[in-house]
Amino acid sequence: MKDKIAEKLLLFIALSAILSLLLITFFIFQQGIPLIFKAGLGNFFALKWAPTRGGFGILSMIVGSLMVTIGALAVGIPFGLAGAIFLAEFSSKTIQKTLKPIIELLAGIPSVVYGFIGIVILVPFIRETFGGPGFSVLAASVILGIMILPTIVSISYDALLAVPNTYREGSYALGATKWQTIVMVLLHAARSGIVAGIILGMGRAIGETMAVIMIAGNALKIPGSILDSVRTLTSTIALELGYAAGDHRAALFACGSILFLIIIVLNIIAIRITSRK
Amino acid sequence: MRHLFLLFVFCILSCARNRGGVIIAGSTSVQPFIEKVAEHFMEENPGIVINVQGGGSTAGIQATLNRTCDIGSSSRNLKPEERGLKVILIALDGIAVILHKSSPIDDLTVEQVRGMFSGKIRSWKDLDGQNKAVIPVTREEGSGTRASFEDMIMGEEDISDACLVQDSNGAVREIIATTPQGVGYISVGLVDDREKAVAIGGVEPSLANLITEKYRFSRPFLLLLREEPTGNAKRFIEYVLSPEGQELLGQSGLIPANQVVVD
Amino acid sequence: MTFRIGPRTSQVIAYITLLLMTAITVIVLLFIIVYILKNGLGQLTLEFLTDSTREMGKEGGILPSILGTLFIALFAILIATPLGVGSAVYLVEYTKGGPIRRIISFGADCLAGVPSIIFGLFGFIFFVISMNLGWSILSGGLTLAVMILPTIIRTSEEAIKAVPHTYREISYSLGGGKLDTILRVVLPSALPGILTGVILGVGRAVGETAAVIFTAGSSLGLPTSVFSSTRTLAVHFYILAREGISMPKAYGTAAVLIIIILVINFIAYRLMHRFIARYY
Repeated sequence: MKDKIAEKLLLFIALSAILSLLLITFFIFQQGIPLIFKAGLGNFFALKWAPTRGGFGILSMIVGSLMVTIGALAVGIPFGLAGAIFLAEFSSKTIQKTLKPIIELLAGIPSVVYGFIGIVILVPFIRETFGGPGFSVLAASVILGIMILPTIVSISYDALLAVPNTYREGSYALGATKWQTIVMVLLHAARSGIVAGIILGMGRAIGETMAVIMIAGNALKIPGSILDSVRTLTSTIALELGYAAGDHRAALFACGSILFLIIIVLNIIAIRITSRK
Repeated sequence: MRHLFLLFVFCILSCARNRGGVIIAGSTSVQPFIEKVAEHFMEENPGIVINVQGGGSTAGIQATLNRTCDIGSSSRNLKPEERGLKVILIALDGIAVILHKSSPIDDLTVEQVRGMFSGKIRSWKDLDGQNKAVIPVTREEGSGTRASFEDMIMGEEDISDACLVQDSNGAVREIIATTPQGVGYISVGLVDDREKAVAIGGVEPSLANLITEKYRFSRPFLLLLREEPTGNAKRFIEYVLSPEGQELLGQSGLIPANQVVVD
Repeated sequence: MTFRIGPRTSQVIAYITLLLMTAITVIVLLFIIVYILKNGLGQLTLEFLTDSTREMGKEGGILPSILGTLFIALFAILIATPLGVGSAVYLVEYTKGGPIRRIISFGADCLAGVPSIIFGLFGFIFFVISMNLGWSILSGGLTLAVMILPTIIRTSEEAIKAVPHTYREISYSLGGGKLDTILRVVLPSALPGILTGVILGVGRAVGETAAVIFTAGSSLGLPTSVFSSTRTLAVHFYILAREGISMPKAYGTAAVLIIIILVINFIAYRLMHRFIARYY
C-alpha cells in the first residue's frame, strides 16, 4: 500500500521536468505567437524593428544570431576537437585527470565574467588593431567560442573514449600511424557523439545573452564585416524587456518563441543522435 | 528531506505577505538619483526599507498600474493612454551629448548631432578634420531617455540602425569613455571626468543654463502613484520633496523641482 | 612533382598542433581566472564583504548581494532537490524503458538545453506577473529551480544507478519493502553523488544573470523576506562592469564570484571522486 502511494507520488514528481518544459512553451508562445500573426509574417520576418511604432521585423536579429553562432563554432570546433583528441588519444591518465576537470571548470565560470573579459581585453584589442568600434561580430564570436569549448571537448572526449580499442589495434595492425588511425578510424567511429557535442555547443552559443550584450555593440543593422556591431535575438530581449509594454513586450516574447523553437529543434536533433546507439 | 521541507514551509509562512517596505520601480535614469535619496532616508528612518528597482519608464508605469510596486518612476511624460496615475515632478534632468575626452570639439549644432545619429554624418572629417568613422551610441527602443532625445534633437528623422545600442546611461557613458570616435547622450547629472559634455548651439549644459532654460534639452523625472500615498510611501515622497531631499537631488546634478520656474 | 609529407612527419605535426591548441585552451582559462583574481583580491576586505552597498555600488560593500545570492540559491535547491532526486529515483527504480521513461528523459534533456534568457522570460511572465509574486527572491528562486532541475535529475540518476544491485537484494532479503529499500539503502549510498548534482546546481544558480535579473530584480536593499527584491552577485557585477560605476568594486565582486565557483567545483569534483572510488 505504502509502496503504491510512493510510486504514484514519484511518478508525479518525475513528470516535473516535462511539465515545466510544457509550461514554459505555453507561456512563451501564448505571449508571443499572437503578435506574429497580428503583425503578419511578412512584417515579422522583415528588417524594420521599431516596436513602439509598429515595426516588428526581426530579420536582422536572426541573421545576427546566426553570424555569431557560426563565428563561435569557427572558434569552438577546431579548439574543442583538438582538445578532445589530445586528451583522449595523446595524454597519459594523469594529464587526463588534471586537464578534463580544468576544462570543465570553464563551463562553470559565469557568462558575465566572459563578457567582462571581452570588454576589458578583447574589445579594446580589436578596436586598436583592426579599427571599427571593437564591439563586433568578431569579439562576440571569440568569447562565445571559448564559452562553448567545454561542451564540445567534454562530449567529443567521451565519444572518442567510447570507441572500442579493437578499432585502434586493427588500424595499427594495418600499419597506420596513430594520427592516421585518429583521422581515418576514430573520428569516423565517434562522429555521432562529436556532432551531438557540436550541436549542443551551437545551442549554447545561440542562446547566450549577457556576454553577447556586453561585447556585440547591439546595432540593429546587419553587419557588413566581422568588425561591425551586431544584434542577436537574445540581446534584443534582454535589452528591451524592462522597458517594454503592450505589443512591444509581445514582440520580445515573439523573439523568444523563435529562439525557443530553434533551441528545441537543435535539442531534439542532438538527443536523436546520441540515443541512436 | 522532511526536515528541509518543513523548514521551507515555515520560511514561506513566516514571511508571507510581509513585503517589507516601499518598492519603487521604473526608469533606470531616475534609479541612481532616487537610490541616493533613499539611502539618506533610510539612515534617518531606521526600520523603513526602500527598495529601488530599475526596469525602465514604461515598466515603472505598468508596475504602478498593476501594483507590482508602490511608487513608479518615469523619465518621460505619460502618454495619453497611460493617464490616470498621480504624477509628482521631483526634478528636471538635462540630456548632455557626450564625446571622448580626447576630442577637440566643444560645441555642436543640433543639426550636427542629428546628422551623426541619423547616419548622414559618418565621418569626423566634417567636424574636427579627423578622417575617422563616427561611432554613435544610442539607447534601446522604449527608453525614456531615447524618447526625449528623439523629441528634442531628432525631430522627424529616425535614429539610424547602424548606431550601437546600450540599455543604460552608464553603459553608454562607459563606451564613450573608452571609444575615441564615439558620441552618445546621457543625463547631465551622470557626466563624469572620463568624457566630456559638449555645448549645443553654443549653450553649455550647466546647471545655471538648465534652470533658466537656455539649455533646452531636459526632461522631467516623475514619481507615479496609483492613489493617494499612505504610510511609508507617503513619508518617502514627502522626504523627496522636502528641502533636504531636493538638495540631495541638486547635488547630484539635477534641477530640483522646487527651483523649476513654472510659467 | 608534388611534395608529400610522410605519415611519421604528419603524425609529429599533428601532435604538436593538437598540443598547442590544447595548451591555448587551458592557458585562456587560467588567464581569465588569474586576471580576475589578480585585480580583485586586493578589494576583498572584511568591510567589502560585510558592508551595505551605497551610491549604486560605487561605495560600500556587497553584503546585500551576497545574502541575496545565498537566499536565491538556497531557495532554488530546496525546491529542485526533492523534485530532481524524486525524478531520478522513479527513473532508475520504477521504470524499465518504455514511453514514460522516454518522455521524462526527453523533458530533462530538453530543459537542460533551454537558454537562460528563456527561463528569464518565463519566470517574468509566470511568477512575477501571472502569480503576482513581484520581483522577489521567491520568483528568482522558483525560476532557477526549474533551470537547475535537469542537472540534479541527471547527476542523481547516475548516482542511483551506480549503487550495486546486491545492496538492494540484501535489503529485500531482510524483508524491506521497495520504498524502505530506497529510503534506507539506495539514497544513503547514492548521497555523495546526489550532493554533487546539488552543488553543481548551486554553481549554476550563483553564476546566472539573465534568468534572475528579470525575476528577482536589481534592488540593492538588504533582503528582509522571500518577497524582497534582490540583486545577486552576478547581476551586481554585470551592472557595475557594464555601467562603469566602479571598476575596483567590479573586480572585487567578480573575484568573490570566481572564488565561489572554484570552491563549488572543487567540492563537487572531490565528492564525485570519492563516490566513483567507492563503486566503480
